Amino acid sequence: MSARLTRDNVAKVADLARLELTDADLDRYTEQLSAVLDHAEDVASLDLDGVPPTSHPLPLVNVLRADVVVEGVDREEVLSQAPSVEDRRFRVPAILGEEP
Amino acid sequence: MTLTHEPIEGEHFIVVSETTGNEWEIVVGLEVHCELATVTKLFCGCPNMFGDEPNTNVCPVCLGLPGSLPVLNENVVELAMRLGRALQCSVEPSVFARKNYFYPDMPKDYQVTQFDRPINADGWLDLPDGTRVGIERAHIEEDTGKNSHAGGSGRIHGADYSLVDYNRAGVPLVEIVGRPHIRHPEQAKTYIDELRAILLTTGASDAKMEEGSLRVDANVSVRRVGDSELGTRCEVKNLNSLRSLGRAIEYEARRQVDLLETGERIKQETRHWDEGAGRTRAGRSKEEAEDYRYFQEPDLVPLVPSAEWIAAIDAAMPPLPAARRDALALASGLGVTESSVVIAVQRDLDQLALAAIAAGGDGKRVLTHVEHNLSGEGSAELGPDAFAQLVGLELGGQLTATQAKTVLAEMVVSGRAPDVIAAELGFEAMDSSELEGIVDGLIAESPEEWSDFCTGDDKKRAKLQGFFTGKIMKATKGQADGKAVAALLESRRAESL
Repeated sequence: MSARLTRDNVAKVADLARLELTDADLDRYTEQLSAVLDHAEDVASLDLDGVPPTSHPLPLVNVLRADVVVEGVDREEVLSQAPSVEDRRFRVPAILGEEP
Repeated sequence: MTLTHEPIEGEHFIVVSETTGNEWEIVVGLEVHCELATVTKLFCGCPNMFGDEPNTNVCPVCLGLPGSLPVLNENVVELAMRLGRALQCSVEPSVFARKNYFYPDMPKDYQVTQFDRPINADGWLDLPDGTRVGIERAHIEEDTGKNSHAGGSGRIHGADYSLVDYNRAGVPLVEIVGRPHIRHPEQAKTYIDELRAILLTTGASDAKMEEGSLRVDANVSVRRVGDSELGTRCEVKNLNSLRSLGRAIEYEARRQVDLLETGERIKQETRHWDEGAGRTRAGRSKEEAEDYRYFQEPDLVPLVPSAEWIAAIDAAMPPLPAARRDALALASGLGVTESSVVIAVQRDLDQLALAAIAAGGDGKRVLTHVEHNLSGEGSAELGPDAFAQLVGLELGGQLTATQAKTVLAEMVVSGRAPDVIAAELGFEAMDSSELEGIVDGLIAESPEEWSDFCTGDDKKRAKLQGFFTGKIMKATKGQADGKAVAALLESRRAESL
């Protein structure tokens, strides 16, 4: 298991992602995520001198579209999919600590 | 603790503690979000439109529906680069990142922004007072939807839910991160004025603070005068006007000095300006940068504008406010920081002023009229030759300053020549013996007031000067020159003593 990833790390990330994990979940994910990081470590062991950092696997840059309106979706259809609607807006739970 | 504030004009704003006598300096860095003036959103073809019916400008991309993919708007790149180059930034190869957070204003639960590789880096903005404010970066990101706690009938007290309109979600923004080079609340306001002028000149944004297309956050800290280390800063939000910006910086600096002078520490946090109460309040505790868990947006490829594209933007760059002020200062003989020079450029009247000066108009008089008697919108009918002619009549003594103002107001409406308008209004130079006759007659009509004018104290004399000037102006139908009247009254007073 990688020494860099602790159970507390996983608990913190789960908290940020609003995931409620059991103790067993935390143990299992710590192990699995560590394995993923260990695999990434394997790459670092290679001699990568002269290889530029890669942000994307595709040999593409500047994929652009013209600034032209494309019809979106009908409001009634969109709102009909929402769990709760009021005043033609999505109704969502208030977030704790929200600004007044 | 009572504190006094001694603004040093055009320079640093110093807070002096009355209890210790310590002098504290304000340090401000501004972060400005501006909405780009595109037709459509950043990553989808929904209209970028303020004030539409809620949730009418939405599609699977900006609603974050599964399977949708973003495609970058070419015009966003164009406008962002125009702005960046106007701010003297270098355009760099850039990538997009996801900023992860849970808040219902973004349906995806992340905001697409640029993090470690912004499109524009390392520029500056020169203020009219000569200060150069560094620009750390100006990067592209998407705006969020609009949360409200109020229903159609008004604010809901104690509501346990929010209502969200996603029309604004995905609208393109550029965030301009300024370096902490601002030292005065007024300078912060000037910076925003100057930035707004650049946004308008480049066509990047309509920059309306009241509609939220230009939003300002202020990072404020204080330090002892002479210190070079920066103090702990607080980020002040909810600044909806320039007035709020100035007041909030001053309040926040005073609050921090109060804390530091009583031995407390400043906690780095986000604070909200309350315009009604005139104070800042602690808001959400500022999350650590890594809490946003930025990572590269896998759905978007890198943005690498070609050298040709950047060169084309540079070639098409319109004259920027600083260069326009320089040109006007040179032509008029006034200083580049003169208010009339600054205002002429702000009102977009510098071309008119330059042409009027080129047509022979006196630079100082031309700019005085621009500053006091002309508006940016209402001066389309005014030609430079006629403007120069008016100034000539005024300097030649054929029109008084008041008459020139009246004639100018008519020229702006009708576009007619100043001499024609002056003749119609009966504005002719009044010869001095005629004026003397009128003044002497009025003095004879009001012997008591005249006696008080001659012998009264300063206050009384000022009041009676107004009394006589008013009567003279009425008798001459405003044709008398105010300066000549004042001089005549004074010489008559001296004679009678």
